[in-house]
Amino acid sequence: MSEEKPDLIDVQINGEWHSFPKGTRMIEACRQVGVEVPHYCYHPKLTSPGNCRMCLVEMGMPPRPRPGDDPPEPDEDGHLPISWIPRPAIACANTIAPNMGIRTESEMTEECRKGVMELLLANHPLDCPICDQAGECSLQEFSVEHGNGESRFREQKVKKPKNVDVGPRIRLDDERCIMCSRCIRFTDEIADDPVLGFTDRGSHTVLTVYPGKELANNYSLNTVDICPVGALTSNDFRFQMRVWFMKEVKTIDTNCATGANITVYSREDKIYRITPRQNNDVNSDWMPDSHRLNFHWIESEARLTEPLVKDGDQHRSASWQEALATTADKLAGLEGSEIAVIASARMTNEELLITNRFVKHLEAGHVDTVPRTGEADGYLISADRNPNTLGVKTVLGLDDPGSQLSAIQEGIEQGRIKAVISLQENLIEDAGFSADTLKKLDFLLVSYPLANPTADLADVVLPGAAWAEKSGTMLNITGRLQRLNKAVDGPGLTLEPWEIVRDLIQATGGGNGIYSVNDLFQQLAAEVSEFEGLTWGRIGDLGIPLIETGETIPLLEREKERIAKGLIVG
Amino acid sequence: MSAISYRSGKEPHPKEHRVVFKNVDREGWDTSIATYESEGGYEQLKKAFGMEPSAITDEVKKAGLRGRGGAGFPAGVKWGFLPPNNEKPVYLICNADESEPGTFKDRYIIHQDPHQLIEGMAISCFATGAHLAYIYIREEFPEGAEILEKAIAEAHEKGYLGKDIQGSGFDLEIYVHRGAGAYICGEETGLIESLEGKRPYPRIKPPYFPAAMGLYLCPTIVNNVETLCHVKHILEVGGEKWSETGTPNNTGTRILCVSGDVQKPGYFEVEVGKVTMGELINDMCGGLKEGRELKAVIPGGSSAKVLRADEVFSVGKGDDARELTIWDIPMDFDTLAACGSMAGSGGVIVIDDSRSISWVLNNINNFYAHESCGQCTPCREGSLWMKKITDRVVAGKASPSDIDTLDGVARNIDGRTICAFGEAASWPTESFVEKFRDELVADTDPELEDDFLNAEAITAAANLG
Ligand SMILES: Cc1cc2nc3c(=O)[nH]c(=O)nc-3n(C[C@H](O)[C@H](O)[C@H](O)COP(=O)(O)O)c2cc1C
Ligand code: SF4
Ligand code: SF4
Ligand code: FES
Repeated sequence: MSEEKPDLIDVQINGEWHSFPKGTRMIEACRQVGVEVPHYCYHPKLTSPGNCRMCLVEMGMPPRPRPGDDPPEPDEDGHLPISWIPRPAIACANTIAPNMGIRTESEMTEECRKGVMELLLANHPLDCPICDQAGECSLQEFSVEHGNGESRFREQKVKKPKNVDVGPRIRLDDERCIMCSRCIRFTDEIADDPVLGFTDRGSHTVLTVYPGKELANNYSLNTVDICPVGALTSNDFRFQMRVWFMKEVKTIDTNCATGANITVYSREDKIYRITPRQNNDVNSDWMPDSHRLNFHWIESEARLTEPLVKDGDQHRSASWQEALATTADKLAGLEGSEIAVIASARMTNEELLITNRFVKHLEAGHVDTVPRTGEADGYLISADRNPNTLGVKTVLGLDDPGSQLSAIQEGIEQGRIKAVISLQENLIEDAGFSADTLKKLDFLLVSYPLANPTADLADVVLPGAAWAEKSGTMLNITGRLQRLNKAVDGPGLTLEPWEIVRDLIQATGGGNGIYSVNDLFQQLAAEVSEFEGLTWGRIGDLGIPLIETGETIPLLEREKERIAKGLIVG
Repeated sequence: MSAISYRSGKEPHPKEHRVVFKNVDREGWDTSIATYESEGGYEQLKKAFGMEPSAITDEVKKAGLRGRGGAGFPAGVKWGFLPPNNEKPVYLICNADESEPGTFKDRYIIHQDPHQLIEGMAISCFATGAHLAYIYIREEFPEGAEILEKAIAEAHEKGYLGKDIQGSGFDLEIYVHRGAGAYICGEETGLIESLEGKRPYPRIKPPYFPAAMGLYLCPTIVNNVETLCHVKHILEVGGEKWSETGTPNNTGTRILCVSGDVQKPGYFEVEVGKVTMGELINDMCGGLKEGRELKAVIPGGSSAKVLRADEVFSVGKGDDARELTIWDIPMDFDTLAACGSMAGSGGVIVIDDSRSISWVLNNINNFYAHESCGQCTPCREGSLWMKKITDRVVAGKASPSDIDTLDGVARNIDGRTICAFGEAASWPTESFVEKFRDELVADTDPELEDDFLNAEAITAAANLG
């Protein structure tokens, strides 16, 4: 053997030698050198049953000399000749071995792939024109690459259940199922809710949900993502939009402090679906259903689409100019100590930075954000349901977010606080403020995406963008800095919160030269020690660890254990 | 020992050499432990306790005992695969699923001589360090399961099972586990999954070689009923002596089960390789049926490749090279393999000229289509497809090109599946098409060449593009 680093192994792939760490699966070794091995059942986060046989490849090992024969001669690089094995091997579950040879383009490998494709399609309904998976179906994709074009199958196809309700959010077409068992393994291994399984046998095998149960766990929609065909479809997305028409934006989930990485799919500023995006330091490949589906409100009738000012008891539409001028007017006569700014832990670091500027500019005596908590689910959902509490602490400098809220209410009650600027929060419904308290104020400004009871009381109401309509950075529970990217434009005259705050500063006589989120990010990097030297580009699509919090994400911890045991690749 | 007599009409043929089947059909024999003990029962277990466990494995290796369940793998070598310095429990499983069509030997051992099996298992457990063993018995043997339960209870009572057996300090429990009627439960890793309470989906090897990661992912030995019984006899005479029966590399005796078109179908325990196909069919089974000619033989259970009656088989290499007719084939592992088939489970299926080859193949394909576990693509989809084609051949609704498709489907299964069921299901078709293509084609109709039963297939294929 050549001089090998202790745990690196030399493997020949399509004629070229490469080194990989010991224990690497054949399929991953190929992937690492740009050789894709088609596969259906294999998923790096799940155990490998090796059932689809799509990843069969020709494999070889050094010849084993018979007793008495000379051992094979190594070549000048120390590699032994390879004796090719007449039986193909699955690349997904087998690990590499020293001096192994893999051929992914040989006649044998091609024959295997063609054979598997033909067999998979034999009983498949081939109803692609009406299938939601069309365009992102591995069956379609590989059949173009490895199929025969023409089937020799002349028999009646096996009839199976169609349009089966397997749970509140998912429908199953058993005729399309290729029995890769990914969904079964996901519900068993990741979601701890093993309600799916196969019944009957042979070609009559059907995927079913256990009698009396349903696939209803809060991670169920991940099965739709990993189903390589259109057998499992999301009720929410079914028949809504062909995938190739949609724009994809990589961003993060803002429903809790985990900040699952996601892709938002939209067309003409309408979001059609959200899927998790792989990030092994945040959400692996998964996300909770409750977060995934929490986007329909963005196109709700209740969206605020233009600034409003109060005229007597009534709101009326106003231009941004008028709304800002009204605000400046009202604040002009007030002492800083009479003003409270209530910001949001749903704001980005950039928004919080400029909010901090605003607070300082007003010399506001009171500042806080609204905490949101729930129960951690033991998987991905964090108890902190705000996406950027750590940003509030780091950028806005609040040690204990939420701790000032009752003092602020008291201040209003006692007449010490006369104006409240509520940025992206609904104080009545989410912060426990009472309408009576707020009515005591001389001036209430609310920016928010939706009409709400707090906004009803406000003197000035500003349409602030929803999470999918703005960009910036956030710090998740583990201290990871991640990018939120604007996926769609907000409706009407909606502005991103940082723009609103910028304009408020200007309207109230403070100057600033901020024209983009990037400017704000540069200032963060210059002013906040934790962000020192960072650039927008360096954060990348997957974020970077920034602050040590000691917090972990339970689902990831369990995946690490399974990786250590060799059960999954990870 | 008093002379052994057998029930009238059930006497062993003179060419038989009864060891494991010594007590089958024996006059005055019953399944009680008293009867068993009266003839030296459990003496070999007691002897085992005086030996080092590894010495027992050595005897089994010396004997050259090859597995009688199908693959013919040397039992001693298999036991040697148990990981050294193992700290997990070791399990032993007796495979009593006996489902291979054409095979009916284990049931007689269980029904008529259960203590022989229990003793063989207990010795094997001692040798391999297993303290817990299972007998996985097919659902269709309800009586066998009861007999085993009773025998185990008796053995317990007499101190041949349980704690500190015969003062040896060795503990062993044996449990009977009944299957639920699936052939695939005979495949060792499918069996293990089933024992664990799951669907019997065979596991991929590597990594799940039972000896390393078997039942509950612990080291596990799986052996056939007949194999485990032999262990007792190996201990009795010593591995060396035992290996003198049979022929080199094909040692000992084995039970051949003959079914099909012979005068007297039945079971025959013979020295491996000492009896030819001709002797088996003509002498032991009384020949073919009146006025019939031999057409084919499936020599090792339905999975084995068929042998055509008029084939000439070239076997052996160098000085040992010979040509054999089907009648000359010695019924041993190596020769049957050299003839392109296998000794398999010992189920010899004789087919005479009254049989339609299409019908025979369809019958076999029907079985495999029904029994495929459905886990892996080639076998799941291919086994039913092959059945559907031969259904049509039998019904006269196939065209000649269907025979090519049939063969092509089989070759898309062979060698590409998770478990050996893939070969079991495809070898019959491959060998029948290879050897009886003319006869299969004769049952087809060229006029039907463009006849698509599945009209949607043509239009639907376009949708994929
Ligand atoms: C599809 C299939 C079915 C099998 N059925 C049986 C069976 O019924 N009984 C059996 O002993 N072995 C059966 N085997 C073989 C077992 O997997 C295993 O090799 C055997 O039990 C080992 O025992 P032995 O080494 O003593 O033969 C089967 C194998 C396959 C692939
Ligand atoms: S429904 Fe989809 S994921 Fe589940 S087994 Fe079928 S093809 Fe695989
Ligand atoms: S070869 Fe057949 S029986 Fe074996 S695992 Fe695959 S589908 Fe199941
Ligand atoms: S990917 Fe399915 S067998 Fe390897």
